[in-house]
Amino acid sequence: MSRYRPADEKQLIEIVAAAAAGEEALEIVAGGSKRNLGRPPQLPHTLDVAAFAGVRQYEPEELVLTAGAATPLSEIESALAAKRQMLAFEPADWRTLLGSTAASPTLGGVVACNLSGPRRIRQGAARDHVLGVAAVSGRGEAFKAGGRVVKNVTGYDLCKLLAGSYGTLAVMTEISVKVLPAPEATRTVALAGLDDARAVAAMTHGLNSPHELSGAAHLPKADGRAQTILRVEGPVPSVEARSQALRDELKPFGAAEIVGDAESIELWAAVRDAQPLAVGERAVWRVSLAPTASPAFLGAVRAALDVEYFLDWGGGLVWLAVQGADDGGAGPIRAALGGQGHATLIRASAALRAAVPVFEPLPSALAALSARVKDGFDPKRILNRGRLYPEF
Amino acid sequence: MLMPEPDAAVIARRSAIAADLRRFCAAPDAVIESEDERRVYESDGLTAYRARPLLVVLPSTTEEVSRVLAYCHKTGLKVVPRGAGTSLSGGSLPLEDGIILGLSKFNRILEIDYDNRCAVVQPGVTNLGITAAVQHAGFYYAPDPSSQIACSIGGNVAENSGGVHCLKYGLTTNNVLGIETVLIDGTVLRLGGKHLDSGGYDLLGVMVGSEGLLGVVTEVTVRLLRKPSTARALLIGFPSNESAGACVAAIIGAGIIPGGMEMMDKPAIHAVEDFVHAGYPLDVEALLIVELDGPPAEVDHLIGRVEQIAKQCGSVSVRISSSDEERLTFWAGRKAAFPAVGRISPDYYCVDPTIPRAKLPDILKYMAELSRKYGLRVANVFHAGDGNLHPLILYDANEPGELERTEQFGADIMRYSVEIGGCLTGEHGVGVEKRDLMGSMFSDADLQQQQRLKCAFDPGGLLNPGKVFPQLHRCAELGRLHVHRGQVRFPDLPRF
Repeated sequence: MSRYRPADEKQLIEIVAAAAAGEEALEIVAGGSKRNLGRPPQLPHTLDVAAFAGVRQYEPEELVLTAGAATPLSEIESALAAKRQMLAFEPADWRTLLGSTAASPTLGGVVACNLSGPRRIRQGAARDHVLGVAAVSGRGEAFKAGGRVVKNVTGYDLCKLLAGSYGTLAVMTEISVKVLPAPEATRTVALAGLDDARAVAAMTHGLNSPHELSGAAHLPKADGRAQTILRVEGPVPSVEARSQALRDELKPFGAAEIVGDAESIELWAAVRDAQPLAVGERAVWRVSLAPTASPAFLGAVRAALDVEYFLDWGGGLVWLAVQGADDGGAGPIRAALGGQGHATLIRASAALRAAVPVFEPLPSALAALSARVKDGFDPKRILNRGRLYPEF
Repeated sequence: MLMPEPDAAVIARRSAIAADLRRFCAAPDAVIESEDERRVYESDGLTAYRARPLLVVLPSTTEEVSRVLAYCHKTGLKVVPRGAGTSLSGGSLPLEDGIILGLSKFNRILEIDYDNRCAVVQPGVTNLGITAAVQHAGFYYAPDPSSQIACSIGGNVAENSGGVHCLKYGLTTNNVLGIETVLIDGTVLRLGGKHLDSGGYDLLGVMVGSEGLLGVVTEVTVRLLRKPSTARALLIGFPSNESAGACVAAIIGAGIIPGGMEMMDKPAIHAVEDFVHAGYPLDVEALLIVELDGPPAEVDHLIGRVEQIAKQCGSVSVRISSSDEERLTFWAGRKAAFPAVGRISPDYYCVDPTIPRAKLPDILKYMAELSRKYGLRVANVFHAGDGNLHPLILYDANEPGELERTEQFGADIMRYSVEIGGCLTGEHGVGVEKRDLMGSMFSDADLQQQQRLKCAFDPGGLLNPGKVFPQLHRCAELGRLHVHRGQVRFPDLPRF
């Protein structure tokens, strides 16, 4: 049981190559804020990549930032804020949700888990913002993919493959991301008292309007009363006009209130970080599905389980907290989903995360192909073995 | 361009193979064997390269594609997938000992789902065909390569096609939610769907832009966007390329992401104006078209800001569109840039690097030097918003040696783009055209890692061989793990 802490790429290569030769698995750790996310790997060694930190190059006019993979998100976000820019995929901070005391999530962690917030519906996920990666494969070989420009089709898009791979293919050392201007102003149009089906209908109406929503969520229990919130961002005259037009168009769903900048920012940070369900011990799930499928899905889940929940992504993302089910609700949730989406067990005890599939089980042909992809990068299956699926 | 040596034994079995393939496809005309009909397929949008395919197979269903590929896998037959054949990098250049697998019969829109803002279409549907099917409801499909009237969505997926709106709306990869794909052994896979996040490895992300080397796409679920309620454009003239470049940087630095931002240099402006008479100023060195789209309140506000920035950057003329008709006139010139250049030269060759925007004056200066060195003219159109540059090198294929000089000119531009922090190709793909330049951007280790991904999908290397990679390694060789210096123990490094 060792903890390796390479100081540079050369040492990292030596450690990974030796681990591959000895077939000894490594758990990759940077900030450690997401150590309780995914299957509990229980590996003999820890690979601490904290040394690969720091913003290396930031050119606001090129909309590109390059940083070490272990750079704290807080450091990146303050560098961007100074130039009124942002990571548009709105990376979440799940420390409360995951019971972590880590100082800050890191860029590499957010990319490795492909985590994105409410703006996902408009700007895409972490995977859509990674322009280039430098990494060391499980073979102990350094390689790079992509570049530092926003439009690049040279070679396979290995950046997308590494995004969301939970560190099971390669150890990322440096990442270039596309950054975008931060909005000047934010408004939230809030409707009250809608049930799930009406809320999804209202969000669909908003998302299908020309008002360019950057968030659409439904919080069934906010302040004891359901709240459906729609976000518009942009220059001041634009958000004023759009929020008012939206309020008028949503009249069939009730009288809407327009919420200003400060309160909006707080509201959407809460949605992003799953705050309504973050505190406590209940099993928490994140379910990605077709937006209009969520009311029926919730109906089926609620018939079988004692759940608290809220919706993001216009209904395309359902957050569930499950009380008192032996499998954390895995059976009924996946049965209700019927393969038409992806249910991930985000928070649960290590025992539960070892007992039920944390990620949606793959059809056999896809599982076989994924295993071959894994072996192309990490033939001895030493990197974060067991984090994503039991076999790799 | 060196392609794999055709296997004469395979060519000799053409008729027998055709007979086998006919068993897998219901349509009587699904397998094309005659010399004349095969000639139609001998080239794509990169017309400098040609080869007559062994056979052309046009299946009608996913099951037929699966059966054809399983046969190829079993018999070791090479396959070149083809959509509409508009590739500018030779992505569907045929092989004399391989079949063309054409997806042209997959031309139906299967489902339009406005409430989930997506459409499920077959790969042979044209890019513009998707927008045409949904625009009556106020929706559109965002990526708009200039060949959009002809190019197919399957080809767009294979090449990760772009267009003029990429900075704001992304490339194909950001606008595809799911695909059905068939692997070389006939396995049918569904990746993604109507939901946004899928777990496991992002094989959808890998398939997009894989240039037909990993699988054959048989169905695509695309994201639909609500059409912006307004669009207005500015036509801005500058006395130098530097001041135009500075204006682009200042607009983005001010936090404005235009729907489109296109630049033309002087030779391009003149070629275009002579051709379409769009009313472009001829006394400027560079011309910028900036289009703002979105809600009217936002567009009106930003038009004013961009105008102010342009003046601060030393613009010598600014026109602002006051009607959609005028806006389209601004674009008419830019959209006709390729044919306009085609009018003043027997042939032209389009290069496709992306560069950091700030380096634009450097590369334009470098190109002027190359133009003198090679004795060839060059005109530039530039997707200024995303840094994707299209130098058009003017040449005459009938003049001995000109094509070769043109290709060297293009290669010099691409290598220089990589040196200054850019890449070889922004939207046209590597194909055969840029294959041998991959080493200027990637190390052997980088390329080998990419090829190991290929091995996971197609270990026999039967899908589109000769494309993308300058050197093919056998998968067994790539898979071998080399133990360095017999090292088996952990090195003596700090442990905590």
